[in-house]
Amino acid sequence: MAETILAIRNLRKSFGALKATDDVSLELRAGEIHALIGPNGAGKTTLIHQIAGAVKQDSGTIAFLGRDIGGLGVAERARLGLGRSFQVSSLAPEFSALRNVMLAVQSQQGSSLRVFRRVMSDPTLTEPALKMLEQVGLAGRAHVAAAELSHGERRRLEIAITLALCPKAFLFDEPMAGLGPEGSKSLIGLLSELRREAPILLVEHDMDAVFALADRVSVLVYGRVIASGSVSEIRSNTEVRRAYFGEHV
Amino acid sequence: MKRMRGETLINLLLAGMLLLVPLAAWALEEPFYITLATRVAILALAAVGLNLALGLGGLVSFGHAAFFGIGGYAAGILATHGSDQMLVIWPVAVVLSGFVALVTGAISLRTSGVYFIMITLAFAQMIYYFAISWPAYGGEDGLSLSLRNAFPGIGTALPLNFFLICYALLIAALYLFARIRDSRFGAALQAARQNEVRLAAVGIAPFPIRLVAFVLSGMMTGLAGSLFADLNRFVSPSMLSWQMSGELIVLVILGGTGRLFGPVAGAMLFVLFESILGGFTEHWQLLLGLILLGVVLFARGGLVGLLAGKARHG
Repeated sequence: MAETILAIRNLRKSFGALKATDDVSLELRAGEIHALIGPNGAGKTTLIHQIAGAVKQDSGTIAFLGRDIGGLGVAERARLGLGRSFQVSSLAPEFSALRNVMLAVQSQQGSSLRVFRRVMSDPTLTEPALKMLEQVGLAGRAHVAAAELSHGERRRLEIAITLALCPKAFLFDEPMAGLGPEGSKSLIGLLSELRREAPILLVEHDMDAVFALADRVSVLVYGRVIASGSVSEIRSNTEVRRAYFGEHV
Repeated sequence: MKRMRGETLINLLLAGMLLLVPLAAWALEEPFYITLATRVAILALAAVGLNLALGLGGLVSFGHAAFFGIGGYAAGILATHGSDQMLVIWPVAVVLSGFVALVTGAISLRTSGVYFIMITLAFAQMIYYFAISWPAYGGEDGLSLSLRNAFPGIGTALPLNFFLICYALLIAALYLFARIRDSRFGAALQAARQNEVRLAAVGIAPFPIRLVAFVLSGMMTGLAGSLFADLNRFVSPSMLSWQMSGELIVLVILGGTGRLFGPVAGAMLFVLFESILGGFTEHWQLLLGLILLGVVLFARGGLVGLLAGKARHG
């Protein structure tokens, strides 16, 4: 069995009476795409928030590369190699696409307190950033402000930034959200390439994407994992069909 | 790119104007205008400091008068104890205001928005009341300097000489501001203003970046304060007052928040209004308020934005 990169054990999080995460355990292994699906309000994004460090769990552990990261902040976890993208694009709007990626590159180099050298004439920042933009097909839009990019381009920029962090694991929160069929198709191609760089925990509503990409699927309903298995196992699981697809079997 | 050059041109024009006015005044033997230009240079220097925190970092500090006043009192107190060298006073003013910025920043920067504004105001008010109740250095009446402090090889009593010292420091501060803005640190600081969630997600914690910016900002404003004491040969708690903090914010917004020469343009306009309109009516600030309202509503880039267009971030 492949090495476990991310291991979540008995994670719980409540907001008042609402159990957003209810005893969730799951793993992300090297080389795989593990999809997390579930109806709206199932607690998928809350789970991603806890893994990334934006929300603190009530109990349970999160181990990343064999290390307990439950007590670390967002920035520390990102530096360890947890690369996340956001459900709603979260970018520095005034900065160009290139500068958004350069920010991730400079973080990677651990040099954010340097106050003298100009970033725009620093090839150790601009060249890797441009390469990432090329990889997601945005090289031609490098100097456009993030606020002026189209929705689809912003989704791609999110991924380019995450790539620049050279992560050991990707956390993608609905990367296909709001993309048309064409956009989804090309993004599916991109994600299946990324799997070779690091395993992906993928939260996604687009079932075509999930079934095309995922090695394993976990189904989250009301904060609980009700099923976990291969694509075909999940497709034929009656409990999943009832809870998620609304079918009466 | 054309716009970039437009802004550079405006900047050179502003820098040239600020230099030429006192030179002309000197040639025409009108020392009053040299003093006005010196006032512009010093207020602009203080506002360049604030612009670092407010313009680049989005940190609306309503307590920068604290650093301005600390710089002023550093000059005044050292002078009363016989240490009258600017080259001694400046480092003391800078280090002292930097230290106070570090302590107050470490606490205030844990909050944001209105709370940050209020807590910076509260710290400044604490220092203000401390100065008022400290009789050894004049208390409410302030502290006079019998002579302007000295600079090696330059007679600082001559208005033009003192102006040139202040002008040189302003230009140096502007150069530093530009380098910081374009650096890795500046990129992180501006990203913290635009979207702190994004900054943390790429692995850069916003807090230390903001704290360093706040300290650098306080240092520059503190240096300006020590020059202001020398200009007036007088320090009083009014340098520490919340009105002073407000004035510095007005200068930055008027000139163009985050723009390199915004504080210079803002200080020019402010001093011009104060001296010309102030001659006609003591209610000149009413008109200033209207102009500020106009800037906030219609010209978000301030005076520099109006003249040079929107800022570009490469």
